[in-house]
Amino acid sequence: MSDTASTPPTAEIDEQTRRDFLLVSTATVGAVGTALSVWPFINSLNPAADTLALATTEVNLSPIASGQSITVVWQGKPVFIRHRTAAEIDQAKKDDEAALPDPAKDIDRVKKAEWLIMVGVCTHLGCIPLGQKEGEPKGEFGGWFCPCHGSHYDTSGRIRKGPAPQNLTVPAYEFTSDTQVKIG
Amino acid sequence: MSDHQQTSGGLMQNGVVKWIEHRLPVFSFLDHSLGTQYPTPKNLNYWWNFGSLAGIALVIMIVSGIVLAMHYTPHVDLAFNSVERIMRDVNGGWLIRYLHMNGASFFFIAVYIHIFRGLYFGSYKYPRELLWIIGVLILLAMMATAFMGYVLPWGQMSYWGATVITNLFSAVPVVGDMIVTLLWGGFVVDNPTLNRFFSLHYLMPFVILGLVGVHIWALHMFGSNNPTGVDVKGPQDTIGFHPYFTIKDLFGMVVFLLILCFFVFYAPNYFGEADNYIPANSLATPPHIVPEWYFLPSYAILRAFTNEFILYWPVSWLITAKLAGVIAMFGSIILLALVPWLDTSRVRSATYRPIYRFFFWVFVLDWVALGLVGAHPPEGAWVLIGQIATVYYFAHLLLILPILGLIERPLPTPESISASVTQPAE
Repeated sequence: MSDTASTPPTAEIDEQTRRDFLLVSTATVGAVGTALSVWPFINSLNPAADTLALATTEVNLSPIASGQSITVVWQGKPVFIRHRTAAEIDQAKKDDEAALPDPAKDIDRVKKAEWLIMVGVCTHLGCIPLGQKEGEPKGEFGGWFCPCHGSHYDTSGRIRKGPAPQNLTVPAYEFTSDTQVKIG
Repeated sequence: MSDHQQTSGGLMQNGVVKWIEHRLPVFSFLDHSLGTQYPTPKNLNYWWNFGSLAGIALVIMIVSGIVLAMHYTPHVDLAFNSVERIMRDVNGGWLIRYLHMNGASFFFIAVYIHIFRGLYFGSYKYPRELLWIIGVLILLAMMATAFMGYVLPWGQMSYWGATVITNLFSAVPVVGDMIVTLLWGGFVVDNPTLNRFFSLHYLMPFVILGLVGVHIWALHMFGSNNPTGVDVKGPQDTIGFHPYFTIKDLFGMVVFLLILCFFVFYAPNYFGEADNYIPANSLATPPHIVPEWYFLPSYAILRAFTNEFILYWPVSWLITAKLAGVIAMFGSIILLALVPWLDTSRVRSATYRPIYRFFFWVFVLDWVALGLVGAHPPEGAWVLIGQIATVYYFAHLLLILPILGLIERPLPTPESISASVTQPAE
């Protein structure tokens, strides 16, 4: 009676498995294709070419007296440059042996002991720590203090207390002369 | 015939209405959704007003937001001044912006009361679990929308709020920094960030609107819970939504709008931060960053997680305190979605659960305490209070709710909504 009545039962089963295969493979190709087509839209949110084309920053260190700090801009971020006093360097070296959440030796964080150069962005949630200017709180370890969530950094910019997980980042930099530094 | 046409009066006899109704039954749809044909428990108290108030707030936000977008410029050099132009030069711009600013606060006030009402009367229990979960999704969508909206004026709080919140994602292991760069479209919060936040801030309210539609759809499957928490047993327990609750909701709306107008006209910056009237400066963090008040409890939970915090110890070998704080902050909201299963009691309403009623109010106080902690710098006693309140928040959801349902002996519940009124309680 029906159209399928003349078809042997075995052939019908074959037909079904072949259809299942086609259905699953078509759906898979379609799903993978759709998923891949999402990528250009997500990738368009990544930094554009003009944003990536960022210059390095050159800084003249000669006007910075011992004990003073300046903040310069590199890639839109503040960079702390501190002319450390002998006492601060001694303290930083002494603290190499202290309990450090993110262990690092002071000597590995500087190229010249008196010049501490770091990205001035708290590694917790990106606030700018205080301690650059005179009169600002420097925290319990004489370095920097982040007012947002209470992270204390020492005279080597290492995290000592509070929620920040890492030391202040040391950017790539080089001394082009005794008084010139190029960051980036 | 009849009931329907009697109650709807002559409207359904109107020729134009009949012509439309035959092709698109929108009139009977409304009548069954918000009209005489939607049976509503007759004992709903004023706490049940806050759902419709939240809906009204959403409409106010969308209408005022669309107009503001016509005058606003999403560029780092122009955004702050375009907002000031709205305030000073655009006709009635100050009114529309203050409505939008304070409307956000009032939207959250309505929604938070709505949520606590659900927690008190057990509205999340079977068969309304999915309705509740959709509500939690709406809260998350509102938080994302409000956060991005606050960035748009490009003041100091806008900029540093955006910096702190986007940096939360840097806590994700391995790919954290990639995610943050992707969110920013650069190496700091900058023009690309502002542009995409504006786009998403315009999109999200309509996502919320869609979620609200699904929320109401799920609500109408079983209808509203009620103060007794006892199921509707029959027509004697209900009255039509119209006119009884349309008029009650309208009355609530008038009161709500009066209070909103008080703030708009007499204290428009009460909920705001003065620092946001300083243009964004990427080289100076304000000494005291605070989020908008509706984020303060979440913010306090985030900040509670330091290396010294007892809840951090069990996971300290695995993740940083920062990541733990981020997980706890999002977890504090997402856990709400699991409350239908965390609460093991079969009695819905706290009216018949004396011990739960006590702990409910402690939980409300704990939430308020977290809000106060979030508003203060993380120094001195506030650190400890914040950590205790955070521990209690999670203890309430993860320990008190499941255990209490097993050991508490509830009071006898009435046989029906009608019986709760006609028969004196024991």
